[in-house]
Amino acid sequence: MLDLLQNLGRRGLGVFERLGRASLLLVQILAGLHTLLPRPRLVIQQVFSVGVLSLVIIVVSGTFVGMVLGLQGYNTLVDFGAEESLGVVVALSLVRELGPVVTALLFAGRAGSALTAEIGLMKATEQLSALEMMAVDPVRRVLAPRFVAGFLSMPLLAAIFSAVGVLGGYFVGVGLLGVDEGAYWSQMQDKVDLYDDVYNGVIKSLAFGWVATWIAVFEGHDAVPTSEGVSRATTRTVVYTSLAVLGLDFVLTALMFGD
Amino acid sequence: MAPQRDNDEPLVTIRDLTFRRDGRVIFDGIDLDIRRGRVTAIMGPSGTGKTTLLRLIGGQLRPERGSIRFAGEEITRAGRGRLYELRKRMGMLFQNGALLTDMNVYDNVAFPLREHTDLPEPMIRDLVLMKLEAVGLRGARRLMPSQLSGGMARRVALARAIALDPDMILYDEPFTGQDPISMGVLVRLIRTLNESLGLTSVLVSHDIAEAASISDYIYLLAGGRVVAQGTADQLYESDSQWAQQFLQGLPDGPVPFHYPAPDYAGDLLAGDEDREAAA
Amino acid sequence: MMSTRTTEIWVGVFVAAGLAALFMLAMKVSNLSALDEEDGFTIEARFEDASGLKVRSPVTMAGVRIGRVVAIEFDKQSLQAVVRMRIDRRYDTLPADSSASIYTAGLLGEKYVGLEPGAGADECEEAALEAELEGREPEPCEGGARVLRDGARIKITQGSLVLEKLIARFVSQFLESGGKKEAAQ
Repeated sequence: MLDLLQNLGRRGLGVFERLGRASLLLVQILAGLHTLLPRPRLVIQQVFSVGVLSLVIIVVSGTFVGMVLGLQGYNTLVDFGAEESLGVVVALSLVRELGPVVTALLFAGRAGSALTAEIGLMKATEQLSALEMMAVDPVRRVLAPRFVAGFLSMPLLAAIFSAVGVLGGYFVGVGLLGVDEGAYWSQMQDKVDLYDDVYNGVIKSLAFGWVATWIAVFEGHDAVPTSEGVSRATTRTVVYTSLAVLGLDFVLTALMFGD
Repeated sequence: MAPQRDNDEPLVTIRDLTFRRDGRVIFDGIDLDIRRGRVTAIMGPSGTGKTTLLRLIGGQLRPERGSIRFAGEEITRAGRGRLYELRKRMGMLFQNGALLTDMNVYDNVAFPLREHTDLPEPMIRDLVLMKLEAVGLRGARRLMPSQLSGGMARRVALARAIALDPDMILYDEPFTGQDPISMGVLVRLIRTLNESLGLTSVLVSHDIAEAASISDYIYLLAGGRVVAQGTADQLYESDSQWAQQFLQGLPDGPVPFHYPAPDYAGDLLAGDEDREAAA
Repeated sequence: MMSTRTTEIWVGVFVAAGLAALFMLAMKVSNLSALDEEDGFTIEARFEDASGLKVRSPVTMAGVRIGRVVAIEFDKQSLQAVVRMRIDRRYDTLPADSSASIYTAGLLGEKYVGLEPGAGADECEEAALEAELEGREPEPCEGGARVLRDGARIKITQGSLVLEKLIARFVSQFLESGGKKEAAQ
């Protein structure tokens, strides 16, 4: 019993210690951001590997999620004779929830894990140490551009996901199931609000981008510098990011729509 | 640079250095001098913290006690900015080269120049080609690090380490895992670069023959202390048991064959302990 | 290893696609194009009951949305709900004697404020007509037709219909009439 408590206590302390180190790293990254201003290329390079390389999975998933929403929404709405509201259902689900959340989850799997693995490997092969010995701060040169790129890419990816999803729903609803085209768009425009829905969706994805990249970069930087350590860190990135995104989503949803 | 040759004032002075990691004492008050223009080897069995010593000199780690002075400046108390300035005067060759994997050979060597100078690109090109020529890899400049053999990667890393014309180069186990040919190339490179560029070299190694062949002075570390020092010849002739065990590769001696353990027979009888510890 | 140029082009394409998607969400999916609410004027109306109405609920006239509710407050003097609405500037000629009611969209839909134009023609015209009948020159009428302006207040209102209240009234009436019938028998 006492052992159990001790174990719990030790784990609790470990969590706080890691949180502390992660926060410290975040502060260092933020403090180093100004050094990126004269060198936008560093960020562009990372937007490529974080954003552009995630594009395919985002577009494909977005299309299918939109199509499924169209199908499921139609089957439910048609019972109430309300299939004209299909556009509203598809757009609201995507813009408010699925767009930001699914994008963040896919991001964790595609870009977050890659970030962690890359940084972890750089640590394991002493590249980070070598940078330090060359009087180059790895936090500013390696971590900060990746952090900025992730933070900026996420809302763009989420917007692409939602837009593609709305088109997927349109394809199924209007193209295959015969919902009136005018009703699909006009009902959507009538009920989806720029501020309440679109703007809040973007805020959400910015928050997710922040958290997802923070976790990915921290896990990479904090990885035990062996191949096993890097693979563990990569797994942790995906798990923690998913949990953090879902938890944060609840909090943000409650704050935004919970009146 | 030649006048400094005979200047007897050491480039690096280490006094009473004490360092501990995870409660284990790595260094217990060691004194070391790295003389200008010389190749100094730091040798010792694995796990004696030779690499740690290089990191302490580079300021990547902070000691618990003691002083490390580089060119008269105290490394242990230098602020971040100052430390970075000092590091521009040191080059470090990591065990496996530690080349940046997302750039080719040319960009790797150009990296410190681009980071720290505002030189125009044609001048950087000239410098990079000069450094690559010095290590004999000018023709490999378009290759990616993954396409290089271990020895070539180390030579590229060496070209990168001398890109900023440092005063001193720290070599971390440069010979480990090399075939005899590339080992020979590295040995010759370290010596010739030291001569031609007027460098000061610190070499951490446990390859006795190679290290001894190019070193002007050798420190032998064991158990967190300097157990023997001198030129290679002095060490071979010394009556230090440490030196003899290390140089001749004897399995038992001051460095015991057995990891410290309780009495063998008693240990066999008290078999439950490990199970309890595991649970 | 891709050349820097290719990388940069791809990043440009990516950013452009992302911005285009955001633009589409703003213009095509939501109602940015329909109404610019920052640019308008505010009117207020007092209701006996504003239950179900929310900030940002629509304000319509003749079934067309012309604005949104921006604030709902309780006035402790009159014990009424004060609802402030922001109306698009394009609709700045609403008659001053319009009435406001709170309706429900569909059976279970959301509440909205419906404005209806008043029965009377505008007062300037009336005054002019009167003057003509009496055979004198019409007095200059300040501001032309009387319209709802910024800060105006709608006087005729009809608050929310709360289902429970309706049922309670209906039941009590029913019981009352039932009791009378019994007494008559």
